[in-house]
Amino acid sequence: MKGRVSVTKILVYVVLIVGSIIFLMPLVWMVSTALKSGEAIFQYPPKFIPEELHWENFKLALTILPFGRFFLNTIVIVGLSLIGTVLSCAVVGFGFARLRFPGRDVLFFIVLATMMIPYPVTTIPVFIMFRKMGWIDTFLPLTVPAFFGNAFFIFLLRQFYLSIPMELDDAAKIDGCSSWQIFCNIHLPLIRPALITMAVLHFIGAWNDFFGPLIYLTSQRNYTLALGLATFRGMYSTDWELLMAASLVVVIPAIIVFFFAQRKIIEGITLTGIRG
Amino acid sequence: MKRPGYWRREALDGYLFILPWLIGLVVFTLGPIIASMVISLHRWPLLKEPSFVGLQNYIKLIHDPLFHQSLKVTFIYAFVSVPLNLSVALGLALLLNQQVKGLSIFRTVFYLPSILPMVAVSVVWMWLYNPKFGLINYLLRKIVGLFGVEFQGLEWLTSPRWALPALILMNVWGVGGSMLILLAGLQNIPRTYYDAAAVDGANAWQKFVKITLPMLSPTLFFLLVVGLIGAMQVFTQSYIMTGGGPLNATLFTVLLLYNHGFRWFNMGYASAIAWVLSVIIMILTAIMLYTSKKWVYYEARR
Repeated sequence: MKGRVSVTKILVYVVLIVGSIIFLMPLVWMVSTALKSGEAIFQYPPKFIPEELHWENFKLALTILPFGRFFLNTIVIVGLSLIGTVLSCAVVGFGFARLRFPGRDVLFFIVLATMMIPYPVTTIPVFIMFRKMGWIDTFLPLTVPAFFGNAFFIFLLRQFYLSIPMELDDAAKIDGCSSWQIFCNIHLPLIRPALITMAVLHFIGAWNDFFGPLIYLTSQRNYTLALGLATFRGMYSTDWELLMAASLVVVIPAIIVFFFAQRKIIEGITLTGIRG
Repeated sequence: MKRPGYWRREALDGYLFILPWLIGLVVFTLGPIIASMVISLHRWPLLKEPSFVGLQNYIKLIHDPLFHQSLKVTFIYAFVSVPLNLSVALGLALLLNQQVKGLSIFRTVFYLPSILPMVAVSVVWMWLYNPKFGLINYLLRKIVGLFGVEFQGLEWLTSPRWALPALILMNVWGVGGSMLILLAGLQNIPRTYYDAAAVDGANAWQKFVKITLPMLSPTLFFLLVVGLIGAMQVFTQSYIMTGGGPLNATLFTVLLLYNHGFRWFNMGYASAIAWVLSVIIMILTAIMLYTSKKWVYYEARR
């Protein structure tokens, strides 16, 4: 019996390690290609470790298109939409979780229902609306809607608010606190961990967004990194070392945030599933 | 008593607190849904005035071979990719749940790819799929070579036959999120259930079928619904990697919608596509919710 158990264990490790190698391969291949010369990438059989490291690929790739500018644009868009989402969802989530008003449950059901709506159905009218407002080729369509809440995060935060004892609010009410004061002084400090989790999840989503920038940003100086990379790939379809260098630059901020906030992300993702 | 006044105050506060969402709902969701329906009844080249054409866009859609093709491609993608990803995610989660050492490292490795920007992922996989110099064909040649067979490798993205399978395969790289959720689900199953089964002499397979799967079914169901809804709306991969080709083999419905709406600016026709796609997604969701009663096990409903 004992022997069989350890054989199973070894098998588990073998599969996990082989799986890990397969999952890491694309990343290793990307880094390796990004550091090779233009000729070395077409060598056969391919080498994982380049003979010489061509760091200048990064310089070249990042100056062909103004990636520095794209980086700043992305930071501004992601930053503003992050502030908008955190503020609006914190406020709205509080309203749904801690205050009683007629129609609350029906409205909250609508929050849940809107999560199911496929985005294509609203895309065109919203695009036409922003176009009429003269917002095309500005950051506004990518940031302003964030200030009006996000159904999924409102749902997530409401769960956190509900876990805070009602007695806290009652005590504050007796002391004459307004709802706004209860929100700011009692709840905001308590749900900070949840807000951080939400901020990280939003960051990753906004950083990776492609469809929004694609339809709203038209001039190159306003491009985000994702859009810049797509453009770059349209211009240079065979300079793989440059494409990989540029891809790496787009990927690295996401990886850095991931490593700093891994615990938060895993918490957030896990919470998502528990409602299942 | 100042009670009634207090209630009125709290209700007013409640509406004020949810006001941002309420405005957003009207401006960015409900309004556009209605507008989308109205627009779909018009011919509207963006730079000109819209003209009412009734159901003409929908009639055109029924006879549009590209639309048929896009639905076919989207359905194949969704119905192969989602079960495939769920199986891989479940397999990995089960392995990680075996009290392995280095759990957090394995978890990071499997999860990391799923948070990377899709544009970058697409560019990297184009290179991996390169028929001549790509890593995947190189490895395929090696493996097939072990059997002493000469093999050229596949054309992948440039072949009408293999382009869609290539996108489905690439999507497996992003199973990390589902894996984490399933792992959490597995860890929530009380150990005592397995202990009791062991006492009754159940083997590993019986435990899996009789305990793990039923206990995990709500999580699997959630992932299935979310996965299918998402897969019906894929866009970025085909936009970057194939442009819908070759021979429309990867022309997803949202890509067709994008082409009509944002390349050719046929706002009416694009809205009709959006509506049909959304109705299909809603019907799918409804079917899944309806049939879920038969196979999803909720503890509270015992």
